[in-house]
Amino acid sequence: MPALNYLWIIPLLPLLGAAANGLFGGRWSKGVVTGVALSATTLSFLAALEVVREFVGLPSDQIPWIKTYFTWISAGAFHADFALQVDQLTVIMLLVVTGVGWLIHIYSSGYMHDDPGYRRFFSYLNLFMFFMLLLVLAANYLVMFVGWEGVGLCSYLLIGFFYLKKSATDAGNKAFWVNRVGDFGFILGVLLILRTFGSLDFAIVLPRAAAMPIEPIGQAGVLTTIALLLFVGATGKSAQLPLYVWLPDAMEGPTPVSALIHAATMVTAGVYIVVRSHAIFLNAPAAMEVVGIIGCVTAFFAATIGLVQTDIKKVLAYSTVSQLGYMFLALGVGAFSAGIFHLMTHAFFKGLLFLAAGSVIHAMGGEQDMRKMGGLRKKIPVTFWTMFMATLAIAGAPGFSGFFSKDEILLAAQRSSTPLWALGVLTAGLTSFYMFRLLFLTFFGAQRYDEHHVHVHESPKSMLVPLVVLAILSVCGGWMAAPALWDGVNHFEQFLAPVFSTAVEPVAAATKSSGGPAEILQALLGAPVIAGLLGFLLAWWLYIRSPETPKKIAASLSSAYELLLGKYFIDELYAAVIVRPLIWISDKVLWHVVDDGAIDGLVNGVARVSRESGDRLRYAESGNTRSYATWIVMGVVVFTSLLLWMVG
Amino acid sequence: MQHTYLLTVLTFLPAAGTLALLLLNDSDHVWIRRLALVTAVAEFAISLLLLRGFDVHATGYQWEEFHAWIPQPPIHYHLGVDGLSVFLILLTTLLTPISILASWKSIDQRVKGFFICLLVLESGVIGVFVSLDLFLFFLFWEVMLIPMYFLIGIWGHERRIYAALKFVLYTMFGSILMLVAILWLYRITAVAGSPTFDVSQIQTMLMSGTIVLPVRTEYLLFGAFFLAFAIKVPLFPLHTWLPDAHTEAPTAGSVMLAGVLLKMGTYGMLRFCLPLFPEASRHFAPVIAVLAIIGIIYGALVAMVQVDLKRLVAYSSVSHLGFVVLGIFAFHAISIQGAVFQMLSHGITTGVLFLGVGMLYDRRHTHLIKEFGGLVAPMPFIGGFYLFACFASAGLPMLNGFVGEFLILAGTFQRHAAWASWAALGVIFSSVYLLWSYQRVFLGGVTVEKNNTLPDADMRERGILVLMAVIILWMGIGSPFFTRRTEAATQNVLRQMQRPPQAYNVGVTPNPDTNNLVNSK
Repeated sequence: MPALNYLWIIPLLPLLGAAANGLFGGRWSKGVVTGVALSATTLSFLAALEVVREFVGLPSDQIPWIKTYFTWISAGAFHADFALQVDQLTVIMLLVVTGVGWLIHIYSSGYMHDDPGYRRFFSYLNLFMFFMLLLVLAANYLVMFVGWEGVGLCSYLLIGFFYLKKSATDAGNKAFWVNRVGDFGFILGVLLILRTFGSLDFAIVLPRAAAMPIEPIGQAGVLTTIALLLFVGATGKSAQLPLYVWLPDAMEGPTPVSALIHAATMVTAGVYIVVRSHAIFLNAPAAMEVVGIIGCVTAFFAATIGLVQTDIKKVLAYSTVSQLGYMFLALGVGAFSAGIFHLMTHAFFKGLLFLAAGSVIHAMGGEQDMRKMGGLRKKIPVTFWTMFMATLAIAGAPGFSGFFSKDEILLAAQRSSTPLWALGVLTAGLTSFYMFRLLFLTFFGAQRYDEHHVHVHESPKSMLVPLVVLAILSVCGGWMAAPALWDGVNHFEQFLAPVFSTAVEPVAAATKSSGGPAEILQALLGAPVIAGLLGFLLAWWLYIRSPETPKKIAASLSSAYELLLGKYFIDELYAAVIVRPLIWISDKVLWHVVDDGAIDGLVNGVARVSRESGDRLRYAESGNTRSYATWIVMGVVVFTSLLLWMVG
Repeated sequence: MQHTYLLTVLTFLPAAGTLALLLLNDSDHVWIRRLALVTAVAEFAISLLLLRGFDVHATGYQWEEFHAWIPQPPIHYHLGVDGLSVFLILLTTLLTPISILASWKSIDQRVKGFFICLLVLESGVIGVFVSLDLFLFFLFWEVMLIPMYFLIGIWGHERRIYAALKFVLYTMFGSILMLVAILWLYRITAVAGSPTFDVSQIQTMLMSGTIVLPVRTEYLLFGAFFLAFAIKVPLFPLHTWLPDAHTEAPTAGSVMLAGVLLKMGTYGMLRFCLPLFPEASRHFAPVIAVLAIIGIIYGALVAMVQVDLKRLVAYSSVSHLGFVVLGIFAFHAISIQGAVFQMLSHGITTGVLFLGVGMLYDRRHTHLIKEFGGLVAPMPFIGGFYLFACFASAGLPMLNGFVGEFLILAGTFQRHAAWASWAALGVIFSSVYLLWSYQRVFLGGVTVEKNNTLPDADMRERGILVLMAVIILWMGIGSPFFTRRTEAATQNVLRQMQRPPQAYNVGVTPNPDTNNLVNSK
């Protein structure tokens, strides 16, 4: 098993690429920089493929396959190894990260071609791959935390990539800080895991957690606490309520970054960690309920904001928040494999949507406002067709990848809770609406830009090839679940099932449909599909058929419209309730009153008294009144009198 | 392979170097600098011998030197190192040559005096870390004040006199109490029939019950020692000397102050407070822990709103040292290991931050954040390494800051989940003040015209920054190199806190602590 023994190669290659470009790339030509960055990710992808090939042949008793490389932290009885592992869940994540990451690297070599920070960009992007791969390969919570924090670092660096723009560096800071709020929960969760189980290794913690009794709702215990703390971390990284606020701002980063980090990979880390910790969550039904509700509400909430945004990337950002909400909804109702399935299909179609949006922006010479686009379909046909495929996928058109994953989630939700299911179906309709709105505003209708200033052109091959590959995946990426429709076997779920073998009925039960033609028909014409269709029709009506109507609606419902356009003013709320008071207290109270006023006032008062008495004591002396000797003398006097008092 | 005189050499070599410096002509700045650097580098090289022969498993002191010095009262020249002190000595011998290099160009007045002060300071600090006789310890503790006073008072910035005085006044206040406590302790040993200042002898007598401290006495003695150390750390609310001292001190002074002088406080707690006064330590631990936690959050919040970059870094020390004190007073093997690691790690990271601030000061003669902005464009090298240090300070895993903070939190959480939870808030705030200040100083467009032409790091500065960055990475990835060597000594501290029953023949009920990690289920 050669490659399986050298798992570290997969993350190490991009790290080397990042280091080489970061340290020496300044002397290299653009071609060499590209070569280093792309070969690092290509080789990493190939290594991952080889690992997967070997993994498939492993006997089941060797799964998870764990390799320990060195002791990272050790103190007293605490011991954390630098250890990597592969199981079925890792395989999926590994393929998504290296595969999509590789495509986006190729795309970036075209997209970023004329940027002066080209080398820096690829150095950061490779570094991101390193940390992301560490995150998914980690065999314990601490190594996972390395990846977890590392991707946050790269996210910070890449959001603020255009560091001359204050809005970009602000967004970078915001992303890091909000994530740190999540990390606070994550760290406490990890500490509680350590205290409860005496280890941080997945292979030790998870079986022990599975062996513990279920904590009924209302009698929350340690597992519920751990689960909720980890979920706090997940809401930060995966942009869920109430910590989603950083993700829309993160669109300040270059578009390939939005595709790779803020859609396909990093933001799914929160989903991954919940699935990874499934044994803990399954014994904590109260936490599961919280996950499901937060996910579902976030999905709906973000989708409503997405309805009215005019910046093409902002629509996609809120859409990402919303789709991540779907994933958490899946986890909350126990459909872990459905959540991961949606994570994968989402990586395909949302990665594609962002890359295609980037291609549009590229074609428009940097314009991101959809009100200034229109009619681009004929000018950039490849971009249009690929984006169309992705839109069908995310809207859940039958047969497309998003159809299978979303359907599976809603099916599981239906079995668990009718309100969640209803909200999920409603969100499916909203999703379809805002996506077709985006498509129509951008590619259809009248041309709303000045052709003399904008020379619309199709993107270079390096950008189009990744689009086409991802379009194919967006169409076919869900087909391995398709047989579930007729013979009841979902191959994706079957593949992942061993991961959850320590647990659990609801997962296995979640997506068994028995497979008669009636069921197939029911699935194809189920509520989500109908909702999607309605969304499409509405978008078509409003933006193709009767393009004047939206303005009228906005005017007649102006307060609702303003509320959505202003994103419910959550940023303003946080600024008023948290940020400004904290700064005010720190500055006016803690620094100026407590530090300068109270403590220093006391200290200086004491000093003044001593100096005055000191002046009287050394009336005969001349010279520097503030000499060190004065204090020595004073010290000796005080000390001697104390000593006399004490001894005598 | 123990070098019998190694510790003496280490303690007095820098001081001896100053004698050679005295022989040089006052105006011969080049040779003064070179000689100072050679002395400091030689000192560092010799100090590496400590690691070569260090016995990882030995619980006692190594390289002990024991000579009678003053017969009556019996004061001994007793030196020794263990896992608590060995890396602090190395940190001192590392930061001294770096401080000398950092002052290479920026100090051009009274050059000889400056380097003499720096080397005497090194001698004093090492003396503190190797002394095992309380009197000797106190002597070095006081000696090191003098050069630091001059470093701030002569080569400092605008309000240097105020800052230097405040520093000395604060420290002296604690020192006097400590001296009283030392003498009192001596008197107790004298009453028991074997007068001594020797720490290990006193420890033995306490463990065997030869001397017994009544509870009230132990509290008072502990209080006196602790106060002296808490001022040095500094623990909230005794910290207000620190921002002034740091802001006014020259770069080398700040590096040494933050790097090693503050650690003398936390070192003292570990070396003296816990082993000699375990009951008092336990009794006061909740109060101390709360103050440490306040310091963590308070220091970070006040750092956040500073307008002076150097003051910001100074307040961050209050926050980071709060973690160390918390780790010590959680009395857990893991948290104490973390505290020792955090002492080293803070010395390196904050050292880099102060070096970076110093490089900006050398170029612009100001620390005010509003005078900067967009500096990463004219000086990408310094900007890059400063950001690296920011992330090290913010505790990014794989860099040094994480290991210490995590171990402290992990150990503390085993016993006091609430303490650790509050302290973990520091995780959020440290990233806020670091990245916010970084944004205002280094990112965006250049706002002040003359900043456009500032030169990036020269070879000397690059060398310093690269070396420190390598150490940051090494400590972050290869932490067992350090924790293996500090393990035995921290276990020893905890063992000394467990007095056998005969040590409690009056009054006090033993309060046994279990130091096994986790209650494995």
